[in-house]
Amino acid sequence: MVRFGVVVFPGSNCDADARHALSTFGDADVRFLWHKDTSVGEVQAIVLPGGFSYGDYLRCGAIARFSPIMQAVTEFAEAGGLVLGICNGFQILTEAGLLPGALLRNTGLKFVCRYVNLKVENAATPFTGACREGDLLRIVVKHNEGNYTVDPATYEKMQANGQIVLRYVDAQGERAAGANPNGALDDIAGVCNERGNVFGMMPHPENSVEAELAGGADGGKIFRSMIDALRPAVPA
Amino acid sequence: MNEPETETQLDVRVYITPKHGILDPQGATVERQLPALGFEGVSEVRIGKFIELKLTPAADASKEQIDAQIDEMCRKLLANPIIEDFTFAVDDQQ
Repeated sequence: MVRFGVVVFPGSNCDADARHALSTFGDADVRFLWHKDTSVGEVQAIVLPGGFSYGDYLRCGAIARFSPIMQAVTEFAEAGGLVLGICNGFQILTEAGLLPGALLRNTGLKFVCRYVNLKVENAATPFTGACREGDLLRIVVKHNEGNYTVDPATYEKMQANGQIVLRYVDAQGERAAGANPNGALDDIAGVCNERGNVFGMMPHPENSVEAELAGGADGGKIFRSMIDALRPAVPA
Repeated sequence: MNEPETETQLDVRVYITPKHGILDPQGATVERQLPALGFEGVSEVRIGKFIELKLTPAADASKEQIDAQIDEMCRKLLANPIIEDFTFAVDDQQ
């Protein structure tokens, strides 16, 4: 069993969905991590879920990044542990400096809640290993501040290093006006850090895990990838 | 301090704006609306944040130390230096 910890901040609202999504995998064990805890315990992967931590006060994720648990999450990440930030979790990771860049208000200035198509640009990360490069994932977004931005110099390095993991595309897998729900730089939907062990994405994989409920299970591939990356190697 | 029985309390005002070069769709929207109301000649509208706070500094804190403390407050929490610029003003209040 691969052990996951889902952090709960005041105002997180996708923590239960994240836990439920992971529980549909028979080889994942999930527990909640309270934001005031100072240890992440014996988990092998951490999920920072979506929601409105601290009411999005000041800036999304600006206050959550100083929760006591974040010191332990930072140490866990620096030691190479897998950390997945979904939506508000992605925002918290950028505010904490665990991922480059920042998430701005959607250029359309409206909260967007709809399905998007994502293209897997890098299938060699622990979060996309169950995908192939070029795969399309149909997953929901629901956010008002999903507009990813990063300075040009850092962006160049990120591209060279394969850190752009997911991009918004149309149903045919092509970059297109209208495919990007928030105006993010170069249609970026998800990025990882230099080392590849910390990953943030604006869409919600936890809401596309049970096909009969959600009309698709593409989100499950993100969790499947993480579980596979962490399972002890099966002897030959 | 001339009046030891009164604690100096400083009024601090912090102005936070989107960095130039960062697209500000709120500012752009307001800029488009102003001519419709008859206001011409307006450009480069940028919408930011204004934070007021009171600060009681340590008794022996110098102006430089106080400024450095406020600067650090801004860098760490009040603003995100990746996407925002900030300035602050400090007023003595006795």
